[in-house]
Amino acid sequence: MTEHSYPNTQGKKKGVLFFLMKARATKPGETYGVPGQGETRLLSIASILFIIFVWWLVTSMGWVKPLFLPSPQAVFGKFIDVWNKGFTNTPFMEHVGISAARVFGAFLLACLVGIPLGIAMGMSPFIRGVFDPPLEFYRPIPPLAYLPLMIIWFGIGETSKVLLIFLSVLAPVALGARSGVKSAAIEQIHAAYSFGASRWQVMLQVILPSALPEILTAMRIGIGFGWTTLVAAEMVAATKGLGYMVLTASQFLQTSTVIMGIIVIAIIAYAFDLLMRFVERKLVPWKGRM
Amino acid sequence: MGLNVKQASVVYPTADGRPPVEALQKIDLDIVDDDFVVALGASGCGKSTLLSLIAGFLSPSSGEILLDGGRVQGPGADRAVVFQKHALMPWLNVLDNVAFGLKLQGVGAEKRYDIARGFIKLLGLSEFESARVYKLSGGMQQRVGIARALTCDPKVLLMDEPLGALDALTREKAQELILNIWHTTAKSVFFITHSVEEALFMGTKLIVMSPRPGRITHRFDLPFSRQFLDGAPAREVKASREFIALREEVLKIIFSDEEALA
Repeated sequence: MTEHSYPNTQGKKKGVLFFLMKARATKPGETYGVPGQGETRLLSIASILFIIFVWWLVTSMGWVKPLFLPSPQAVFGKFIDVWNKGFTNTPFMEHVGISAARVFGAFLLACLVGIPLGIAMGMSPFIRGVFDPPLEFYRPIPPLAYLPLMIIWFGIGETSKVLLIFLSVLAPVALGARSGVKSAAIEQIHAAYSFGASRWQVMLQVILPSALPEILTAMRIGIGFGWTTLVAAEMVAATKGLGYMVLTASQFLQTSTVIMGIIVIAIIAYAFDLLMRFVERKLVPWKGRM
Repeated sequence: MGLNVKQASVVYPTADGRPPVEALQKIDLDIVDDDFVVALGASGCGKSTLLSLIAGFLSPSSGEILLDGGRVQGPGADRAVVFQKHALMPWLNVLDNVAFGLKLQGVGAEKRYDIARGFIKLLGLSEFESARVYKLSGGMQQRVGIARALTCDPKVLLMDEPLGALDALTREKAQELILNIWHTTAKSVFFITHSVEEALFMGTKLIVMSPRPGRITHRFDLPFSRQFLDGAPAREVKASREFIALREEVLKIIFSDEEALA
């Protein structure tokens, strides 16, 4: 390779890439801002509308067969249909309810176990030494790989389903809490000690609040893993749930139900993430500012 | 009585057979009554180590630190610390930050807010009582830190470059503020700085430290802060002939240390 392919900043032709990367004023009177500043909401809405438009275009022009990709209207129609009549004799809201109970139940358990565990790992070399190997060992394994073990050990009931989701949430939450422990500055810790604080007070009144931003981020990441694992958890011996609905529909080539189920899962997960972001703004407005 | 550092050394062992590092070598220092002791020195001379020793974050390898005759065993509220930065709690507002030490000591809400408000007023922060600390300027954050340190009525106030992160103008104002508060509260102060001018202006006693091993090489008695408190304008004190002469003398000492290291 003899010629390099950097955009020519001196020349008159400037490509799209150059336009996107170019530093520019983000507010009036401000010449150069931090990269990544700026409002994105309108662009996001436009992006969603554009995807739906392309989806509508390729289906209504008959470029893609409905078996592979049903039209937006068909998917919406299926949603109304399932909403009214249910899926495999179970009302739609019961599918949503049971899946939400599994994911949020497992998430809650994982937070109750993972956050104290992570903090303890951050605070004590002993606990870190004991729990680091098992956590790091199972963390990269896909839940589908140990699903059979869960079923052999805990049966095909609710336990193995919730446990599978629990495990997928536990690792990110615990690791986030563990690294959050390091957020407190040594000066903050020393300040507390110099007022005669006990180790316990330092943990509750300095280390824990400092770790809160990272714990909240870890919870957001964790719940994402939870939803990712839902379909795997509902693969075996489930008769209800959004994952079950998607899997069953796919076996009968009901593509519209599959897509509808995917969108419903995505919307619930996104709504919860928005809630978490709101909680973050209320609880840790100082995040990244001190 | 007061605070006495007696023959205190801090030695860090090193691996692979090299000689151990002497961060502090046989330091003798008394901080008594309303002494304002300022420590100056090239970086690495052990100023901050000495402060950590007095604060109790660190224990001496040999020698001892006595406070009113009792041996210092660890950190305690009788030796409050003001840090350069990062020491406030951003999740608390100004009032709760100032009352933080009292809260740790189990003082009830009503009483601790009462005490805290007194020091908030003393430092001119009354308007900002319920402000978020991360929204304050560096100078105001430092005033919150000083107010917090004063609430527990310490015997000695330890200040680790408290004005190091401030701009020049704010810094001069903060120097005057600290001197006035020192005068009002009559505490013993141990103050670390990198600025020779600041050291001469603020202290009643100056120690100059040298690195490798960290030790006190020069001691001076200073008249300038008294002159300021007796009514002389700060700039006038700093521009006086004897102030400038001493400043050059101390600078010469520190520069020769820096050169010896380079």
